[in-house]
Amino acid sequence: MSHDPTDHGPDYLASHGHDKAAPPHSHLPSDPALRVKTLETILVQKGLIDPAAIDALIETYSTRVGPQNGAKVVARAWNDPDFRAALLSDPTPLLAEMGLIGRQGEHVVVVENTPAQHNMVVCTLCSCYPWTLLGIPPTWYKSDAYRARAVRDPRGVLAEFGVTLPDGQSVRVWDSTAEVRYLVLPMRPAGTEDLGEAQLAAWVTRNAMIGTGLPQSPAQGEAAP
Amino acid sequence: MTDSNEEIPSTDPAFSEPWHAQLFAMTLGLSAAGFFTWTQWTEAFGARLKRDGAKRPLDGGADYYGVWLDTLEDILASSGKISAEERAQIKAAWEAAYLSTPHGKPVKLQR
Repeated sequence: MSHDPTDHGPDYLASHGHDKAAPPHSHLPSDPALRVKTLETILVQKGLIDPAAIDALIETYSTRVGPQNGAKVVARAWNDPDFRAALLSDPTPLLAEMGLIGRQGEHVVVVENTPAQHNMVVCTLCSCYPWTLLGIPPTWYKSDAYRARAVRDPRGVLAEFGVTLPDGQSVRVWDSTAEVRYLVLPMRPAGTEDLGEAQLAAWVTRNAMIGTGLPQSPAQGEAAP
Repeated sequence: MTDSNEEIPSTDPAFSEPWHAQLFAMTLGLSAAGFFTWTQWTEAFGARLKRDGAKRPLDGGADYYGVWLDTLEDILASSGKISAEERAQIKAAWEAAYLSTPHGKPVKLQR
């Protein structure tokens, strides 16, 4: 397990994710949990959903899909100029080949950080996110605070994530939609010239691919993920 | 589970509560089965987030999935798939099942 001290949200975005209504009996699920169970029961009874398919989706999104997928793509782009060029012009065939295409018909656009421009991703509408590349978005990404402030004050938000950009580097904020989701291709860190793709992937944090962080040496954490 | 005094770790679990995962997967499953497009979903969800977020700031945790649940219930009701009455009936049945099942036994819905 890695613990990267900068790859989390600032305190003001920290979750307060308790269910508000405590169940009166210890073994009675919370109200929303019961409502979800109710919907599932009815949908299964009516034959509208297949419980096995739902279980498979939960399994996939809980365990198999996560930022490690996006990190592989970034590491490959750092190491292979042809792949990088193709990824920036049309990532769909490359991601399809790697088994990283979503089922919602969304299109992924890769935006590259340069010394002149830093990119940062938000979804002001709800929480559109490149699931197949990054997994389920972190709580702060879904918070009103981030969704509102990322657009209004990107440098302020970046500072709270511990990221200070040079004066000459502008910030561009990309607002995701159901159809278009963004992946930030961070700049390859200095001193990584001799590393292979697997080692490079360890530098690519989730936040670096959202644009609220920068690549981090795995040595700065407790251990490589 | 999240703790309000804790910072979000880099490896926070995908879902902090099982019902979040269940709800997410059901919605994806319904969309994949053609009940609504993902664009229709995000528009309905986004509108509701905006409305509820105007009343109180949403922190992106349980309240986010609470709005998600409200949206899905509404979509299923307005499309005639599941009425509010049906929901109330099955939910009451589940509550009764939980409250009447001895500890340690599997909870099953009485028919």
